[in-house]
Amino acid sequence: MPTADGHLARVLADFRAGKVRGLARAITLVERRDPLTRQLFEALGPPAKSPLVIGLTGSPGTGKSTLGDAIVALSRKAGLSVAVLAVDPNSPFTGGAVFGDRIRMQRHALDPGVYIRSMGARGHLGGLSVASREAVRLLAAYGFDLIILETVGVGQSELEVAGIADTTVVVMAPGLGDGVQMIKAGIMEIADIFVVNKADLPGYERTMQEIRSMQNMGPKLAWKPPIVATVAARGEGVAELKQAVERHQAHLAASGEGKERRRRRLEEEAADLVAEWSRVAARKLVQEDPKLRRRLENEQAPYGVAEAILKEQGARLVPGVSSKEKPK
Amino acid sequence: MPLRIVMAKVGLDGHDRGVKVVARALRDAGFEVIYTGLRQTPEMVVDAAIQEDAQVIGLSLHSGAHMTLIPAVVDELKRKGAEDIMVFGGGIIPEEDIVELKRLGVAEIFPPGSGLQQIVDFLRERFPEEAAAPA
Repeated sequence: MPTADGHLARVLADFRAGKVRGLARAITLVERRDPLTRQLFEALGPPAKSPLVIGLTGSPGTGKSTLGDAIVALSRKAGLSVAVLAVDPNSPFTGGAVFGDRIRMQRHALDPGVYIRSMGARGHLGGLSVASREAVRLLAAYGFDLIILETVGVGQSELEVAGIADTTVVVMAPGLGDGVQMIKAGIMEIADIFVVNKADLPGYERTMQEIRSMQNMGPKLAWKPPIVATVAARGEGVAELKQAVERHQAHLAASGEGKERRRRRLEEEAADLVAEWSRVAARKLVQEDPKLRRRLENEQAPYGVAEAILKEQGARLVPGVSSKEKPK
Repeated sequence: MPLRIVMAKVGLDGHDRGVKVVARALRDAGFEVIYTGLRQTPEMVVDAAIQEDAQVIGLSLHSGAHMTLIPAVVDELKRKGAEDIMVFGGGIIPEEDIVELKRLGVAEIFPPGSGLQQIVDFLRERFPEEAAAPA
């Protein structure tokens, strides 16, 4: 078994040398929430350029992977390097999973300009996995021009993708719901672009019409999400989608919203990290400290213990900070 | 971190029921299975395993080309410096070929009649940390 530092050094050397294995192993580090993650990012520093991150989300079976495949094909023709991060659910019972996204992307298998990674959501409920955001950051540091982030097949409230992607594409298909579905809160609100895929099936005009009328009911927005009809399996409509993404990018840049989104994203990421670090440390503390456990039992409420942990532990909640170290 | 396994059919062989049954059983054992589909070349399988950072490649062959295709995967792993990725196989493979394939670096071959639990147990034994039975 290699030492942790030795492993990190090898991963970093491979990563910097542009070896796929280095990238793949770095993603595994963030995926298993390895304590080396922080050193990894500190060693890599901020990415030299920021790639475009397109999020693809929508119900199961609407054709997200197939659409992703079509976008990869089009982008490769334009000479862009592309990474696909495809998130799928794990079994809540066994933790196991079968990932099939590569099947739809087989034609890119031997293309060195394309990297595909399947990721288990591992029980996380927002449509992505806990590590998705960090994996996207690694793909950016590796130098990809375009990153496609595909969520699990979502219902109505798995909205995290909008917190990571520059442009969020909500993929729909004909026959999946009526006008009331369209005015519900949630997924319909995070779309920067709507795609009605499988537009060779009957009913697609009606789906487009319903999205349109939902939009007309609401207030006038600075960016009105365009609705693009595609038949992803044949590559139809994908060029129009690409144009819509470019228009959205231009809007983000001109309106300053892009900058605002990046700022919010970092704030959110810092808050999430505080939550994750504290949760991991607090769980351990409660398990190991009989006094805390007794207090929980006496009070039958978590507030006092939670406050005590935050107040007394402070800096010691940060991973890697020894419990003997004095908190500042 | 669950054990990650790339499952593939290499060569011109469309019989994918077996590989799907095994993929399902490995899922139920708590592993993450990346199924790459039919008609893969050895190079495609190895590239997928490297990109996915899988510890294991599982190959299914019913075409009779196992003495060409399975060693080709092992060689390709060596060529890419990824020989730490373990290869196992299954399918209609005669006993004398199994001996030869193991000599060439294949970890195990499961011929017809092997139980799904046998495959799961084999992987758990090889990867005690990643492949522990779910609590």
